[in-house]
Amino acid sequence: MTVGLSHYLTVAAILFTLGIFGIFLNRKNVIVILMSIELMLLAVNINLVAFSAFHGDLVGQIFAMIVLTVAAAEAAIGLAIVVVTFRNRGTIDVAEIDLLKG
Amino acid sequence: MLSALFFYLFAILCVGAGFMVVTVKNPVHAVLFLILAFFNAAGLFVLLGAEFLAMILVVVYVGAVMVLFLFVVMMLDVDFAVLRAGFFKYLPIGAAVGLLLLVELILIVGAWVTAPDIIAQAPTPPAVDISNTEAIGLVLYTRYVYLFEASGLILLVAMIGAIVLTLQHKRDVRRQSVAAQVARTREEAVELVEVESGRGLT
Repeated sequence: MTVGLSHYLTVAAILFTLGIFGIFLNRKNVIVILMSIELMLLAVNINLVAFSAFHGDLVGQIFAMIVLTVAAAEAAIGLAIVVVTFRNRGTIDVAEIDLLKG
Repeated sequence: MLSALFFYLFAILCVGAGFMVVTVKNPVHAVLFLILAFFNAAGLFVLLGAEFLAMILVVVYVGAVMVLFLFVVMMLDVDFAVLRAGFFKYLPIGAAVGLLLLVELILIVGAWVTAPDIIAQAPTPPAVDISNTEAIGLVLYTRYVYLFEASGLILLVAMIGAIVLTLQHKRDVRRQSVAAQVARTREEAVELVEVESGRGLT
């Protein structure tokens, strides 16, 4: 039972699906939605690193680092927005954040 | 054999922790399960030979991003039970969409075949006699230095954005005004008074 590329890709696929599942399940709670997005980005990183390792090409790991950077920036900005929303509205329910009336 | 064992250990723990993240009631527990998932993903990275990325994942994600999540979850006084309303209402559609996507992805992944000449043509093949960190450094600071600097700019913008969003000036707090302090002159700050002896100041 050698562990091949498709094993890692399957793990990443399951994690990505779990992220989407989490967004469906907790569609009121912004914080859990952000965590689901982190989970999906982790799945993407696993994909990139697995391809990088099995194809003998370091570029995948460089891209995984860039994805990591963007994910960290996204988490910081997202959580700042959550804090400001809670300060102004007193709730973080996605359904009640409708100031823009979109 | 041993690496296969560890792969299944890390993979099962990672997927299990990911499942717990989206289903547990308490968001603090969700953050802690997410940390577990990241640790196991770091283990998978080590198995793949990407040690540097594994350590970055632990330091940046577990050390910084997840602690930020934990801060925010604990700082906000939110009734999370209210936010959970509709959890079981959305369970069937979520499960259906997720299952559909998973089946599609696994069908694609299962049929994945790498063209044999791809591996020989890799633009940056991993060096054999240096460590993973050194190899990444040799590529990152030469060929991808613009990407590296761009990611630094992204982090700077994110930092400024987060500070601008959350900074609030309170009315009642008296702050130091450096400009006013520097602009003071001797005439408005010091007054010389002739005092007659034995009288005192009136």
